[in-house]
Amino acid sequence: MSYLELQNLTKHFTKREGWIGSGTTTVKAVDDVSLRIEKGEILGLVGESGCGKSTLSRLVMQLLTPTSGSVVLEGERLADLPPNEIRKRRRDFQMIFQDPYASLNPRMTVFSTLSEAILTRKTELKSDRKGLEAAVSGLMERVGLDSRYIRKYPHEFSGGQRQRIAIARALGPEPKLILADEPVSALDVSIQSQILNLLRELRDELELTMIFISHDLSVVRYIADRIAVMDEGKIVEIGESDAVFDSPQSETTKLLLSAIPQIR
Amino acid sequence: MALLEVNDLRTYFHTREGVVKAVDGVSFKVEAGETVGIVGESGSGKSVTCYSLLQLIPQPPGRIEGGTAKFGDLDLLSLGESEIRKVRGKRIGLIFQDPMTSLNPYLKISTQLMEPLLIHGKISKKEALERAIAELDAVGIPEPEKRIHSYPHEFSGGMRQRVMIAMALITRPEILIADEPTTALDVTIQRQVLDLIKSRQEELGTAVIFITHDLAVVSEVCDQVNVMYAGRFVERADVKTLFSSPRHAYTRALQRSIPALQSRGGKLYTIPGLPPNLAQGIEGCAFAPRCPEHEGMPEHSAVRPALTELEPGHWVQDCPACLAVKLTA
Repeated sequence: MSYLELQNLTKHFTKREGWIGSGTTTVKAVDDVSLRIEKGEILGLVGESGCGKSTLSRLVMQLLTPTSGSVVLEGERLADLPPNEIRKRRRDFQMIFQDPYASLNPRMTVFSTLSEAILTRKTELKSDRKGLEAAVSGLMERVGLDSRYIRKYPHEFSGGQRQRIAIARALGPEPKLILADEPVSALDVSIQSQILNLLRELRDELELTMIFISHDLSVVRYIADRIAVMDEGKIVEIGESDAVFDSPQSETTKLLLSAIPQIR
Repeated sequence: MALLEVNDLRTYFHTREGVVKAVDGVSFKVEAGETVGIVGESGSGKSVTCYSLLQLIPQPPGRIEGGTAKFGDLDLLSLGESEIRKVRGKRIGLIFQDPMTSLNPYLKISTQLMEPLLIHGKISKKEALERAIAELDAVGIPEPEKRIHSYPHEFSGGMRQRVMIAMALITRPEILIADEPTTALDVTIQRQVLDLIKSRQEELGTAVIFITHDLAVVSEVCDQVNVMYAGRFVERADVKTLFSSPRHAYTRALQRSIPALQSRGGKLYTIPGLPPNLAQGIEGCAFAPRCPEHEGMPEHSAVRPALTELEPGHWVQDCPACLAVKLTA
């Protein structure tokens, strides 16, 4: 049994057009996508903007309801679960966003951001201030942040450090699946490598399953075990990272590869 | 004579935490029609360098402490407000990283595209509109005569950056400053925008100062490259030399940290530590704390090393340690 399985997942958006919305057009943002992800695997999801990769990630995260098809997590169809069960399951799948400037609350210290995340799982720490503080410090150190900065606000950190806070927050509820949506594209090239190394280490240490979304094939190649290439809502190619990189089959993959700036 | 000759530019910010020497003695030349790159990490001072040239530094807290920038018979740094306005947007154009925030969402593209023409030249509105349409066409916007009456939100990110390029080039500037123009874009769109800048540059003969943190982008577009670290240039060479035989430890470390060039599976190379805090004075070689030192290596320079010419056209900060470091894979 695969850890996560998408079965014929489809999401259509309908847009009203014309005089008082008499006409409609349908956008097939995600169109009949099926794939499996094994436990501990990193799947890279690549494509140009507008290809549907963000919609797909929102479907996996249960932030959107699919038009048809289903998301199966550890053998359970998430759509069959009652809402309060899904809320409980939510701890198991967490997201890391592209822009650490926008995804962290500027009015919350690192401590409050991370303790909130930790308390979703470890409710017993609610009345144990010391234990909670230790858990937050531990989390900060795990992602390579100095725990002396526990009372600082996001604006006091650099871009790379902020992304580390965002990663720590995602790890707080001890998830099994992490969905990282362009986690390094807002960062300097020199910082990108640090964050990619960190994500890989965490995967190895915590046996995380990860979906890594990016438009940059060169980044995905490094981190992902397998790569799925999306275009117009469909998966046009999927395979081992090196295979996709070295002998691309689809036109979309070839286009993405040719767009990577080359050192000459 | 060079089109632009910057000499010993120093821009400091006077903050409560002390004097931040964001640009601390930078010199470079731009020849007509060539592309000069400035590469460095966030906070290295590359944007401040360019904004100083157009006096776009908020003063206070910023202040241009010294230096000259010879542009024809003008010194850009000592021009008064009314004179620099005749240069800014007319003879030197600018494009920014984020086309979402640099276009005014309330104004039609037509208004924003015609504005530089109406301000800088004696031209009728009708003529200005015609030229604006022609310019949109030149940057590859389909149906320009229709699209020009749209608002920025009706364009995609890549299209907005095309509009920005049209806006910057419509006055036919001699120099275009491009500040991370593709950083906010997808790789495929980045490719299109880079190609567009290159082709427009060739058609118009504009010189370009290209600011980026991405060495791979530099290698595609630039003729000359300056590598900036902690407010100074650590290395300067033509693009071929810089990539085939980089000399400074920082340049080499930057090159090694590009994910695209590393093989799968292993750990990615990263530069240890963080860039120095510029509010605290730097003594000696600024890169010393992050330098991958090894045994038998000479000491880092105790005074801030000067840029010296190793070979004709290849300049490096003269720190014995940074020049001797071995970076093995």
